[in-house]
Amino acid sequence: MIAVLNGYCEQKNLKKKCMKFPLSILLTLLGGIGISLISAVPWWGFVGVSFAVALVIHQVPARAFAAGFLGMFLAWGGLAWWIDWQNASLLSKQIASIFPLQGSSAALLMLTSIMGGFWGV
Amino acid sequence: MRIGPFLLCATLSIALVAALDRPLGKIPPLGKFLSPQYGFWQNAEPLGMDYGGALNLKGLKGDATVYFDDRLVPHVFAENEEDLYFIQGYLHARFRLFQIDLQTRAAAGRASELAGSKAINFDREQRRLGMVFAAENALKEMEGDPFSKSIFDSYTAGVNSYIDQLTEAALPIEYKLMQVNPERWTNLKSALLLKMMAKMLSAGTENDLANTNAKSIFMPEELSRLYPQVPDSLLPIVPNGTIYPKPAVIPVKPANADSLYFNNKQTVAAQLVDTPDPGNGSNNWVVAGSKTKSGSPILANDPHLELSLPSIWFEIQLKSSNSNTYGVSLPGCPFVVIGFNDSIAWGVTNSQRDVKDYYEIKFKDENRKEYWFAGKWVPCKLRVEEIKVKDSLPVYDTVAYTIFGPVQFDHRFSTVSSANRNLAVRWAAHDPSNEGMTFYKLNRAHNYTDYEEAIRTFTCPGQNFIFASRTGDIAIWQQGKFPARWVNQGLYIMPGEDSSFLWQGYIPQQENPHSLNPERGYLQSANQRAADSTYPYFIPGSYTTARGVRIDKKLASLSGITPSELMALQYDYFNTSAEDLRPVLLKNIIEEQLSEKEMSYLQQFKNWDLYATPNSFGQTVFQCFWESVQSSIWSDELSRTNPTATWPTEQTTLELLLKDTALVYADDITTIQKETLPIIITSAFKKAAVNLEQKEAEGKLTWSKFMNPSVYHLLKDALPAFARKGLTVGGYGNIVNAIKHSHGPSWRMIVHLVDGIEAYGVFPGGQSGNPGSRFYDNNVSVWEKGEYNKCWLMREADKNDSRIKWVLRAKKS
Repeated sequence: MIAVLNGYCEQKNLKKKCMKFPLSILLTLLGGIGISLISAVPWWGFVGVSFAVALVIHQVPARAFAAGFLGMFLAWGGLAWWIDWQNASLLSKQIASIFPLQGSSAALLMLTSIMGGFWGV
Repeated sequence: MRIGPFLLCATLSIALVAALDRPLGKIPPLGKFLSPQYGFWQNAEPLGMDYGGALNLKGLKGDATVYFDDRLVPHVFAENEEDLYFIQGYLHARFRLFQIDLQTRAAAGRASELAGSKAINFDREQRRLGMVFAAENALKEMEGDPFSKSIFDSYTAGVNSYIDQLTEAALPIEYKLMQVNPERWTNLKSALLLKMMAKMLSAGTENDLANTNAKSIFMPEELSRLYPQVPDSLLPIVPNGTIYPKPAVIPVKPANADSLYFNNKQTVAAQLVDTPDPGNGSNNWVVAGSKTKSGSPILANDPHLELSLPSIWFEIQLKSSNSNTYGVSLPGCPFVVIGFNDSIAWGVTNSQRDVKDYYEIKFKDENRKEYWFAGKWVPCKLRVEEIKVKDSLPVYDTVAYTIFGPVQFDHRFSTVSSANRNLAVRWAAHDPSNEGMTFYKLNRAHNYTDYEEAIRTFTCPGQNFIFASRTGDIAIWQQGKFPARWVNQGLYIMPGEDSSFLWQGYIPQQENPHSLNPERGYLQSANQRAADSTYPYFIPGSYTTARGVRIDKKLASLSGITPSELMALQYDYFNTSAEDLRPVLLKNIIEEQLSEKEMSYLQQFKNWDLYATPNSFGQTVFQCFWESVQSSIWSDELSRTNPTATWPTEQTTLELLLKDTALVYADDITTIQKETLPIIITSAFKKAAVNLEQKEAEGKLTWSKFMNPSVYHLLKDALPAFARKGLTVGGYGNIVNAIKHSHGPSWRMIVHLVDGIEAYGVFPGGQSGNPGSRFYDNNVSVWEKGEYNKCWLMREADKNDSRIKWVLRAKKS
């Protein structure tokens, strides 16, 4: 399957760096969110996503890293922000004082995003 | 593709996953915990969350519907009884899973599985107290009757139907923090939960160990003076002047009691690891139609327990084809425990009776395989206890069981290394019983006869069941299985070398203190002694007198009563003890010896209105002063043993001061000179003033700042973020509104028995145990303000009522 995708990318001439980079971010982001819908996949399943994206879309390592980071940063950050917004930060305020982040929901959201980004790498 | 960097990166990534999949000290594994898809974010419930839906539940016999109102109180409508309790189990698990799991593990002496090695001593004590033994005995009764078994089986199946479908993401947040998993439910766990209540309410109502030390210090006349059975100002549960029939059981003091028991001056070093809060108690009262504005009775109840988040209570309505009950349930158990139906209302307070005694055992040798009983060596039953410990190897303990019960203290288990006395515990909670069925029947009772029949079999912990019916009856029974004791039996450690000191029998159920429709038109109980001195049995216990005095006087003076007046009484801050004490304290204080600052505190006390309101300075001064006085009088005498001997109750000290100003105990026996009462009281005030000055500097002189009323999460200081601290409320243990730091009215209920039932209730928490839910603590502020929620006894015809916010339809699968 990787080979097929690889071929597809070649065909569409996605070798151009400018196209590859945002695409790999987007793929990482969507894959990172989508993978959790499969119940058999453990919590770290999305690491496989950024791994696969890096395999599929050839880029220089620095860009592959950055794409993985940004993709998962946005995936985790976005999801967490959406949950937090619906919850009016009820829980994040309490967790942020356990951590300890002085009860700052924003700091906890940032930590979550960065943690996601790290996985992406 | 450059394979090198890629592999390096992949390896790093895997290492990072591995590292962050482990807990870092107190912080859980970061990666998983922060994951928006699996970690704590999943516990952040949307404010607009839909609690309804459709469920297919395996094990359900018919269909059931749950209507949630705007406070998330479920109104359960089921076709049959089994399904009713199946759904109750499901809902308890849905909203309180961690709570029921934690509480029953702790009850079974398995706290170390969650908390690690710091809980080992607690767990050993639970095992040695025979908590599992007690639950197993109860289980035999619960499962011995096929009908009772079917109810508990259904409840258990309901809890498990929720647990079995749980995904990792949906685990309660505490499991994610602690890195443990929930355990499937069993009927034994429901039995354990009831034994947890039994321990809370009937394992701390005796002071046998500390009393034994008091006996080593004081002469018999002194003992009866310092630890009297009937306080002077007692207003008992059964109205004064009630004529009691001649007792059917007359226990006989053993011939050798003087030499082996009363004159035995040996001290004891053993101490309990976990003493139930002596403040565990409650108020309830009922007024007959003759005293109310409507002409219908009104019933009130507020059980005083540890205040926790989630609350010990879960509000629910349970409706089947032949029952319709509303009230609070105990998560972990089927039924409504305190509540009402369309015919009756009932409530409970703790009896405070002593139903736990210690017997000294002589083992043949260190192996504890045999003990000396009735002239020969008798084999013990040895029970090997394995205590699993989180992040560590299991610990083993062997508990010897004798004819009296398990040997709680011996050389292998004592909190003091010099302890050398082997003490077996005889505790009423060990006896087989099925308390649950009392509640099953109460839930369905229609009149006084049904109520009497329902409570008759209730064994332990002894409760004051108060009752009112729509037909106008009011009643109270102090119900439990209580030993018939000879005078002073079981106040101290008893000899265990034969059966002569064993309980000789029980007070016949019909002779338990009770009252039905008294002339005066009201009944009340507030953990005081149930009856005056004419009651023909010896009934020791840990009683509180002042609260009952205030409630009784207030009820006697009121007429044309409405629910709102009884709400005000539940929130009443008047300090009866202070009213009695202030004149004697002021008379004895030597004002010339006080500094200006001390005089200013004394002035606060003099001018105080005697109400322990949140903003009161006077209550703070009084409490510090009074505790200092008690300490100055008693600590010198009582510290002659280690651990210290039993402190006379606050009520006893108060009455001694009122009766005898030349009190001999005022003298500090550690000094050469003779201290008189004025000297001791003045110096006690000076000591209190030091404390007050410090509190004043911290800005904590007002009573609520001083007391810091708080509701903690079940895991206490481990999770302060989940607590609600610094509430603006007053009160104290001796005051009707019995709030004490993190203890107090855990549920306030008022039921007006008019047609259709008018009822109000509130507990300081919320329906959901999830800190990420808006229903975690939504009632805390309602409770804090002394306000109530309206309890809605929903009918079949109300299915389209606007109060219904969510509907959960369960079908059998």
